[in-house]
Amino acid sequence: MPEGRTPVEEDEERHETRIADALKARPVEDRAAAAAETVFRLDDVHVYYDRFLALRGVTLDVGKNDITAFIGPSGCGKSTLIRCLNRMNDLIPGARVEGKIEYHDQDLYGDGVDPVEVRRRIGMVFQKPNPFPKSIYENIAFGPRVIGMKPRSMDDLVEQSLRHAAVWDEVKDKLKQNALALSGGQQQRLCIARAIAVSPDVILMDEPCSALDPVSTARIEDLMDELKRDYTIVIVTHNMQQAARVSDRTAFFTAEAAEGTGDRTGLLVEYDRTDAIFTHPTDKRTEDYITGRFG
Amino acid sequence: MASTPPELSITRRKARTGERLIVNALFVCAVLSVAVTVGIIAVLLVDTVEFFRESSLFEFLTGTVWAPGQGAGVDGLYGVWPLINGTLMIGVGSIVVGLPLGVLTAIYLSEYASPRVRRVLKPTLEILAGIPTVVVGFFALQFITPDLLRPIFGADRVFIFNAAAGSIAVGLMILPIIASISEDAMRAVPSSLREAAFGLGSTKRQVSLRVVVPAALSGIAASVILAFSRAVGETMAVTIAAGNSPKMTLNYFESIQTLTASIAQTVNGEVAAGTVRYNALFALGMTLFLMTLAMNLISARIVRRYRQVYS
Amino acid sequence: MTAATDALAPSTLRRGASRTGARIALDIVFSVVLFVGTIVGVLALVTLIWTILDNGWERLVADPAAFLTSYVSRFPARAGLKAALVGSAYLMVLTALFCFPVGVGAAVYLEEFAPRNRVTNFVEANIANLAGVPSVVYGLLGLGIFVRFLQMGPSLLAGALTLAVMSLPVIIVAAREAIRAVPQSIRLGAYALGATKWQTVRRQVLPAALPGTMTGTILALSRAIGETAPLLVIGLPIVIFSLPNDLRDPVSALPLLIFDWTSRPQPAFAAAAAAASIVLLALLLAMNAVAIFLRNRYTIRW
Repeated sequence: MPEGRTPVEEDEERHETRIADALKARPVEDRAAAAAETVFRLDDVHVYYDRFLALRGVTLDVGKNDITAFIGPSGCGKSTLIRCLNRMNDLIPGARVEGKIEYHDQDLYGDGVDPVEVRRRIGMVFQKPNPFPKSIYENIAFGPRVIGMKPRSMDDLVEQSLRHAAVWDEVKDKLKQNALALSGGQQQRLCIARAIAVSPDVILMDEPCSALDPVSTARIEDLMDELKRDYTIVIVTHNMQQAARVSDRTAFFTAEAAEGTGDRTGLLVEYDRTDAIFTHPTDKRTEDYITGRFG
Repeated sequence: MASTPPELSITRRKARTGERLIVNALFVCAVLSVAVTVGIIAVLLVDTVEFFRESSLFEFLTGTVWAPGQGAGVDGLYGVWPLINGTLMIGVGSIVVGLPLGVLTAIYLSEYASPRVRRVLKPTLEILAGIPTVVVGFFALQFITPDLLRPIFGADRVFIFNAAAGSIAVGLMILPIIASISEDAMRAVPSSLREAAFGLGSTKRQVSLRVVVPAALSGIAASVILAFSRAVGETMAVTIAAGNSPKMTLNYFESIQTLTASIAQTVNGEVAAGTVRYNALFALGMTLFLMTLAMNLISARIVRRYRQVYS
Repeated sequence: MTAATDALAPSTLRRGASRTGARIALDIVFSVVLFVGTIVGVLALVTLIWTILDNGWERLVADPAAFLTSYVSRFPARAGLKAALVGSAYLMVLTALFCFPVGVGAAVYLEEFAPRNRVTNFVEANIANLAGVPSVVYGLLGLGIFVRFLQMGPSLLAGALTLAVMSLPVIIVAAREAIRAVPQSIRLGAYALGATKWQTVRRQVLPAALPGTMTGTILALSRAIGETAPLLVIGLPIVIFSLPNDLRDPVSALPLLIFDWTSRPQPAFAAAAAAASIVLLALLLAMNAVAIFLRNRYTIRW
């Protein structure tokens, strides 16, 4: 038996090995290239729900065709932030954003900005798959129809979207069947296909695999690698290994209690290239989180 | 700053006026309901005022004879108390019938009945609630009075049209209301309360009577007020079963007349618009409307208060 | 003897036993009372249906075709339902036409578009109050406004509008419940694709809420068909020897006929009233069966 190692230290070492393996599993090309163009630029963003400050002082850039991961413990504002990127947060009464969020040099919250147009460019996949209670075909066709796309062939568009989301082979014979009959993993890939069908610029994913089994999760992670060639992806995940496996850059968030009230406000701790975050984080809080000492 | 390519622009492009029109149309639909209330109040008010212009308000509120005249002039007596008397007799009588049966049924459904029994019993109650009032009136006239009341109490004591038959008929109609709302209230009582009592060695009876019913009391009370309001507004069953003799009495075996039956009787005959008899309809309608409105508001307030207790 | 064994002494046990005996007796009595109380309601329903059948079955099956296709008559043996049955059918269709779109529209507005403010609260409270207004008062509304002010006279149009106004609150409540049952995740999914609110409502929410709304509407209509008082007050005729050709034509209704026949002294008319009641109840049963079928077949199990 190795001397001088406590069970906690052994556990940490195992954990680090897993992360290292994850980093090594990434395709080689991604590790070197820097992002060519900035899609989102966040500057000192605060998010309030009525009087409650949910998230403060977030400043970061999201690069084109990057996969950017938001990681951190529960309740630190990751989902809140990602919902601000496509203005889905508007739907929550009392939600308010201060600071600047720029999308391709346009102020996302500026006057004259139409949230509907925003959401056409910036799609979202949710934590729990939410296909419409309609046929698989209708699920995909809904988006293009309502935004006024007039494809030469809707059938082709549906097929392309389903192929691009790696679910075509499983559903091609049952396009008229109700989407609710699919398995969880298939439903989530269907939701990805649905998001792709409207040709978005960005795809936001809010913990897309947390309700799925490991096999489905692995398939979707593989999918993300292909998807980023055409889309910019931002993903919120609880799973550190997942972030290490798929993302190019990672933002680590945490929550700190305000004095007196005990309300926890989220904040951005560190944001860097993924391998940097996981191999030599600069902030101790980041290091504690990724070594599994907390959260 | 380079200009954003059009496919990435997020500013509003289409006016979407079509959608705004649709939302406005939907708003009109919602507001129509307010128009209905305004319409009811206006219609009742206008002719009630007309009525009191020709007939004395004082007599209306204090007189004890209701005998509408046949002619166009004010040659009838329009004291409302006999009708209020009749309405209250039916109201109270129907509660006497409906409350015990309704609450007992609710306790049984909530605390004792197996799912199989519930699956049969609840639809039965719904069917009872769905029987049209004319049919219940027919039942009262053809069965309750001749085959139930008269054999028990004597054919010479029980009139053909009598308040008791009307009360039983209306009582059967409000039974489902009391049973269903009370059952909801009882089921809303947290099971932790029951479990605590059972843990102390109580029997089902004691838990039902000492824990569940008291906890659900405000819901039961709300259901009673709602049922009473429904009984007050009930027209056809009482018209058929309880008769058309407005009088001040407390004898349930006599025939009486309720506010609603008086309206039904008047319109059933020939009544020219603009006459006092015609306007009297609306005065009675106003009385009914105010009575039921008050009771519904009280009932709603009680419901709101008890819902807060458990949320 | 110690206190513990004292508690278990025979005398103590016997005292406890008698208390338990009384308790058990009360339990049994209560259970019986509960059972009786519940069964009385069921018995009443059974007796009611039996009374109707007993009084009316023979009259109905004696010559059902004649009964259904004859007009009314002074002679009970020759009296028939034709005008009343057809009238009720026309009334029901027209009532549905009026109150379904308005009711669903109001429900959609209140659930999806209305801001949470005092106006909305007032509208909602108003609808709740309308649901509790006696049907005879709706009749007075119909009489004052539709029959007299708008000069429609006691016609099919006035009758249908009156019944529609009366059914409106019920449909609004049913539609709102059905809309509320659609999970928020569906709406979010649609918004996230760039659909507008109305597109989401029209293409996702309403179709999903349709089964529940239809069920509620059919139930509301089945209540409206059995209503006599409003039609009596607006003056729809009982004696009529033609079918309506026009919205302005007078029309009769089944419950009106039952009321009239019930009020007549001749026993033969009582039989006719019972027979008509059987027809009315059968109609209601059919409508409710359709409603339940729709609900079971088409409700989405999320």
